[in-house]
Amino acid sequence: MKLYNSLILIAFAISALSITAEVNHSKILSEDVALKLSDYGFFNNLTKQIPADGVLPYDLNSALFSDYADKLRFVYVPEEGFAEYRPNKVFNFPVGSVLIKTFAYLNDSPESDLSTQLLETRLLIRRDEGWKNVSYIWNEEQTDAYKSIAGKTISTQFVNDYGGVQDVRYRVPNINQCKECHQSNETITPIGPKARNLNKDTSYADGTMNQLLKWHQQGWIKENISIKSMVDWSDINENLETRARSYLDINCGHCHIEGGSADTTGLYLNYAENREVHLGYFKKPIAAGRASNNLKYSIVPGKPDESILLYRMQSLDPGIMMPESGRALQHVEAVDLLRKWIHQL
Amino acid sequence: MKIFLKQSRLYCLVALSTFCLAKTINISPSQDPYTEIQEALILASPGDIIHLSAGLYELEDSLSIDVNNIILEGDGINSTVLSFQNQLSGAQGLSVTSDNVILRDFAVENAKGDAIKVKGVDGISFIRIRTEWTNGPSSENGAYGLYPVESKNVLIDSCVAIGASDAGIYVGQSENIIVKNSIAEFNVAGIEIENSYYADVFNNYASNNTGGILVFDLPDIPQQGGHHIRVFNNKSVNNNTDNFAPEGNIVGEVPRGSGIIIQANSHVEIFNNDIGDNDTINIAVVTYGYDTEDENYYPHPRSIQIHGNRFGRSGYNPDLETGELAKILFELSDGNMPDIFWDGILPLPQIIFGQPKEDKIILGDNGDASFLTINALKYILPFFDPVETNYEKFSGEITPLPPVALSETL
Repeated sequence: MKLYNSLILIAFAISALSITAEVNHSKILSEDVALKLSDYGFFNNLTKQIPADGVLPYDLNSALFSDYADKLRFVYVPEEGFAEYRPNKVFNFPVGSVLIKTFAYLNDSPESDLSTQLLETRLLIRRDEGWKNVSYIWNEEQTDAYKSIAGKTISTQFVNDYGGVQDVRYRVPNINQCKECHQSNETITPIGPKARNLNKDTSYADGTMNQLLKWHQQGWIKENISIKSMVDWSDINENLETRARSYLDINCGHCHIEGGSADTTGLYLNYAENREVHLGYFKKPIAAGRASNNLKYSIVPGKPDESILLYRMQSLDPGIMMPESGRALQHVEAVDLLRKWIHQL
Repeated sequence: MKIFLKQSRLYCLVALSTFCLAKTINISPSQDPYTEIQEALILASPGDIIHLSAGLYELEDSLSIDVNNIILEGDGINSTVLSFQNQLSGAQGLSVTSDNVILRDFAVENAKGDAIKVKGVDGISFIRIRTEWTNGPSSENGAYGLYPVESKNVLIDSCVAIGASDAGIYVGQSENIIVKNSIAEFNVAGIEIENSYYADVFNNYASNNTGGILVFDLPDIPQQGGHHIRVFNNKSVNNNTDNFAPEGNIVGEVPRGSGIIIQANSHVEIFNNDIGDNDTINIAVVTYGYDTEDENYYPHPRSIQIHGNRFGRSGYNPDLETGELAKILFELSDGNMPDIFWDGILPLPQIIFGQPKEDKIILGDNGDASFLTINALKYILPFFDPVETNYEKFSGEITPLPPVALSETL
């Protein structure tokens, strides 16, 4: 009995410790990445994903589709750190900053029979020499996540937006695959946190606030960044063109951009691109092979079903589908959006 | 311990290796070959060899290499087989994005997309590698077998490429390239050099493709203006497989029975090849046939030299169904198809004032080969016969192009 009591005491002590967790700055900067996520101290409660002091949640106007996984994003900037604004690019975060993104099926609708499943937590760590990428895979008990090397296949189920249960073969990418999307001109770079994609409200522990204002308040970024904001691609109150281009930017534009993994094709889908042929209008494919589906052009304005781009978004065949990795399901709502967009071009 | 160190130093000296701690990782077929191979490829250090013992490795996800200076090797082109028959994710079988990687002695079969893609590297060697779609020519096959792109110092030696629905061996937007001693069969394009600079393609055997060897240049992509390509000592014979490329792809325009096609490009030398038994044409030199707004792109072939080739028969069963080339040629020649065809299309000022001397096509001694071209000026004007078959008008002195030298770091 005594032993049992003292065990409880120890457990209490540990949880008390974890409540006052502090981010382990030296772990962030050490040459070898940590073996488990808890080593960094980013969270007061790891399983519930409650961030520690100095770690802020953030959200994007439009996000990359990852098989309907929910994404919990956090950013850590070391004290006194300042991130320089660069037009059309992600902020230049100071050394020691970390972008933290947990992929999960929250299954949080009231009628859901499935419980929350944390899949992986990806980190981009800003080091002296540049960004370092690493992913941690959650254990079955959902108590911690462990460093991944070759990735992992997680065959699971989730509750979709319409209340149905859907099967998915979720792939945690291997380290090389992370680079496929995160590489620009030979260096690893984050994709999401560009000013144009951050310009929105988020709820913080002390209330709701615009993210750029919050970051300025933290002393991380300068004030008055004038930008053309992206929009939430799913927001039907926004203009169709802007929604479609916002979706293409965050889902395709990191590879389909000059200097990106798919620049060999000359198809550029980033937000700033405005040359019609490079956006795919009547552009012949270069190396599509059977992914052309006997269609002649990437985009035929007015004709979604004659556009290779839409065909590849709908496919589940690894030799055809776009994006090349990170997707095993069709993003039905986005296909619908881009169909409408191409139709009215 | 001291002795051990001494020995390893000696070993390093003998091996002349810069990487004294280089190790070999041996892998055999197992329950989870993907994780085992991929982990080894990620954890490898420069200088390491990852050795895949003979056997069948069935993979559901694509493999990738991103460590410089490593070797991935098998026990032989038919012994170590990476099969992607049941692939569920990844657009390639294997991809390489690091410098100075050597791939040797294994096969990649039935990848859902491209078999081996190498992008943006300096130094890549494919040695005795086979890429194959084993069910024969089909538009369901992946596009490219061996596929280095945006790379420098590319060596493809003694490889075999079968069944690609685009090109068996495809080198695109690259520089300093050697493709030799290789076999390309039952692909749409056997060997294709596209938008590339300085390539030597020699001692290869291209047969049963739709087109044997293609040297192409396309607009609207980052590297264009392909130049300095030598195609010599190859056999490009019996390339009479119906075009099975999915429509929309540029090779979908290639007629069945094409030996060698040069499209756009400058400074191309085609010599000492055996070309024959091709249904449509042995050698065609053509302009890029579509409109483009790309101002940096030059669609016409320039400074093409053709000499010392040995021609077998061709044009006896032209493919009039695919693309425009065979149809136009068949009409112009009244069915009397030449060995060598140049479409004669030039920019307007050159049609009127003539082509600069250094741009002209030059025919050397090609035995009794026949030639046909179109005089663009006569084509525009009424009452003239634009067809020109006088070989002598285009014969001239050959200025050999320099051989390609790969960087010594390989």
